[in-house]
Amino acid sequence: MAGDGRPLLEVERVSVRFGELVALSAVSLEIGRGEILAIIGPNGAGKTTLINVISGFYHPQEGRIRFDGTDRTSLRPPDIAALGIARTFQNVALFKGMTVLDNIMTGRLLKMKGSFLLDALWVGPARRQELEHRAFVERLVDFLEIEAIRKTPAGRLPYGLQKRVELARALAAEPQLLLLDEPMAGMNVEEKEDMCRFILDVNGEFGTTIALVEHDMGVVMDICDRVVVLDYGRKIADGPPDQVQADPAVMDAYLGVYSEGGSAPLPNLPPGEDCAGGAGARMKAGESSR
Amino acid sequence: MIYRLAGQYKTTYASDQAIFPIVQDRVVVILALLAAFVVPPLLADEYWLQAILIPLLVYSLAAMGLNLLTGYAGQLSLGTGGFMAVGAYAAFKLTTAWPGLNILVVFLLAGLVAAGVGLLFGIPSLRIKGFYLAVATLAAQFFLVWLFNKVGWFVNYAPSGTITAPPRTVLGVMVTGPEATAGARYVVALAVVTVLGLAAKNLARGRVGRSWMAIRDRDIAAEIIGVRPLRTKLLAFGISSFYCGVAGAELVFLYLGSAETLAFDVSLSFLVLFMVIIGGLGSILGSWLGAAFIVLVPIFLTNAPGLVGLDLPVALQKHIELMVFGGLIIFFLIVEPHGLARLWQITKEKLRLWPFPH
Amino acid sequence: MELLYAVFVGPLRDILGHPRFFVEVLSGGVAAGLMYSLVALGFVLIFKASGVFNFAQGVMVLFAALTLVGLMERGVPVVLALVFTAAVMVALAFAIERLVLRPLVNQERIVLFMATIGLTFFLEGFGEMLWGSNVKRLDVGIPDESFTVAGVLLNTLELTAALTAAALVAVLAVFFHGTRVGRALRAVADDHEAALSIGIPLKTIWVIVWSVAGIVGIVAGIMWGAKSGVQFSLSLIALKALPVLILGGFTSVPGAIVGGLIIGVGEKVGEVYWGPLVGGAIENWFAYVLALVFLLFRPQGLFGERIIERV
Repeated sequence: MAGDGRPLLEVERVSVRFGELVALSAVSLEIGRGEILAIIGPNGAGKTTLINVISGFYHPQEGRIRFDGTDRTSLRPPDIAALGIARTFQNVALFKGMTVLDNIMTGRLLKMKGSFLLDALWVGPARRQELEHRAFVERLVDFLEIEAIRKTPAGRLPYGLQKRVELARALAAEPQLLLLDEPMAGMNVEEKEDMCRFILDVNGEFGTTIALVEHDMGVVMDICDRVVVLDYGRKIADGPPDQVQADPAVMDAYLGVYSEGGSAPLPNLPPGEDCAGGAGARMKAGESSR
Repeated sequence: MIYRLAGQYKTTYASDQAIFPIVQDRVVVILALLAAFVVPPLLADEYWLQAILIPLLVYSLAAMGLNLLTGYAGQLSLGTGGFMAVGAYAAFKLTTAWPGLNILVVFLLAGLVAAGVGLLFGIPSLRIKGFYLAVATLAAQFFLVWLFNKVGWFVNYAPSGTITAPPRTVLGVMVTGPEATAGARYVVALAVVTVLGLAAKNLARGRVGRSWMAIRDRDIAAEIIGVRPLRTKLLAFGISSFYCGVAGAELVFLYLGSAETLAFDVSLSFLVLFMVIIGGLGSILGSWLGAAFIVLVPIFLTNAPGLVGLDLPVALQKHIELMVFGGLIIFFLIVEPHGLARLWQITKEKLRLWPFPH
Repeated sequence: MELLYAVFVGPLRDILGHPRFFVEVLSGGVAAGLMYSLVALGFVLIFKASGVFNFAQGVMVLFAALTLVGLMERGVPVVLALVFTAAVMVALAFAIERLVLRPLVNQERIVLFMATIGLTFFLEGFGEMLWGSNVKRLDVGIPDESFTVAGVLLNTLELTAALTAAALVAVLAVFFHGTRVGRALRAVADDHEAALSIGIPLKTIWVIVWSVAGIVGIVAGIMWGAKSGVQFSLSLIALKALPVLILGGFTSVPGAIVGGLIIGVGEKVGEVYWGPLVGGAIENWFAYVLALVFLLFRPQGLFGERIIERV
């Protein structure tokens, strides 16, 4: 689904410096509504920094960020979250001391109003609210197929499941824009297929706009509408996957460096394969994956 | 065999989220609670009530307060003694200024005063974390105790520098002061702890508890999913100090009868911290278990040598107590850093499976 | 108006009007501060090298002093007693490593901190059980005489303390930055697991560090004990050392010295000149409030490393 109308997120000439180190240099991009955008680039290109800027953790020295038309550059993370931007982290940032269910419920915190006095009494609105949100979270649990581990403390889960729980937590906030920082890192082929399926489902069923940082080119080619390539803090390409794939500047940046994901270097990649056995491409063509 | 869960299905989320989802648990707890209200005042002797049960109730309230702050919200605090002192002195001033005010209301108001002070000293927690925060809370501890020492207004200018609980009644029964029976004091303490304990459990398992735990586990991620750190931490400080304030008031009014600032010095802060650690950080049940442990161990150590026929000089006993205390803390941290509460949980799980090993 | 005068102008006039007295107050503050620094040094060592916040440092000072005095009371000559006490502290380090540190090797810092609190209680009871709990005099032959220099009253004991502290700092600074062992210690402080994985012998390192801290404890114990007798309150110094660490940073050896001086001088000056305004005994809380105020502006202390949060 291509973007329609005005873009959901606009990043205008954003620069981020840490002392002498330039992490991002005059990066501009747009994310349209309902799009799935990939942000790729060699290690150290500034991808996570970009995500951090969008989610309000860093403030750029130069440039603006507009969400849904309005300038949001100087907001702090809780405010940005309240606007409808959710994210996952490169190194899974689950709350290890809580169960999976509680972790996902924290994602609902923004939607939960209430006074702590009523909470303490556990009556009336407080109780109803708790149960409503629990019902919503359970639907998410079904959707992401993690019923079996509901009551397990998050710290005890294997890495792949932790990533899935983190996705659930981000989705619990019913975000308009979902930022995923390397959601497939460290996963095996099956886990990646599942993750791709979930991402496509989220985009298809809920209409959530998604931006993901990813190293696996197979995934990128398969499920993303558009690709943005960063290198040394600068944007060097921006367009549909096939176009970017053939871009000489991109090939230059990646030459000989690329090894993750197991796919061949870019120029020889057969279209529509790898991720979810081509299920992604088929979905794009209008079939349902369920 | 004894603890079968078979046949207990949860068909609604409400039943799944109940405090005691297992029927056996619920029954036992309700029976135990009823017994607790009825049996000791009628049957237990003065010693049991005065030396064991009442301090247990008072300390468990303080431990709950600290657990909410340190165990759930992850803010290490060594100022518990100071906040308890605020509650005690506030209660004293309130009840001497308005003798007609019901003592339970006095406790409530004293708790609110303590909450206010707690909020004030909680403000630095946004910038300061971990051990550094502990040192900041020590500032609160030492300053507050010094304040109550120096300013005579707090003790109504009594030359002895102590505050004494004046006689007060609830529903016609004398509950504080020299004429109050241990039984009456016990029932009041139990009632307060039951109500506040339930409230604490509800807070902990709901929205507020989750935002606290999020801050505790990974405060940056918590911020990014929308938790507002200052508000959440201040709420923790406020509520925790409320509990500690009420506990402090109870300490003087229901347990000791009278006290001076020495009763609230830094060693009390550490004592309550131990209750929380040994009982289990992040567990309401743990607060009870830890308080029980800390109250019972010295009594056991005082009486045990006598029971076994050994006669130890008092000083030596004190030293051994310290050693055992310290040793037990280290032991618990090694064996089960999550405290008695976790041990209890494991025991219940084993009971469920017994006689099968797994 | 009167209040402002009393708080700001009055004390300053006192200070400027009696400069010699002020210098004496200062030197008293410096002396107290150095004592704190010596204790804080032990903290810093252990924290720097094992990431453990050793609450028991104060009690270790007490324990060292108790052992030393206990031996001397039984007629052991000073030098021999010192050697023996050092051996005891090393043995203690071994025991602590084996029984407390090793079982808790990968736990979070807060757990280790609480274990050291438990250790505090244990050592206190143990030390008092062995050597008794009444106050003792400690005399290792350091002269305690006062003399005047340019009209200012000084004290030989305090001077000795100052020189000792300075020497210790110099030695430790060289140790940490100039030697291989020192580098290994810094690696361990950063990350136990990583250090283990590159082959640093954790156990040996810890024993070394805790022994050194123990010996620093002996020095601190001697200084304190000679000044005010060996007694239980020595272990409360641990608490006072905390604000020192806040100011100086948890990982800086020079920071411990500077922090100690600031706290010592601040306390004394505050007590003498501003104390009377509020009834005295400011010393009980002044150090902590100072640390608190400091933390608000510089959460990592004067010399500590800036805490950078990564996402």
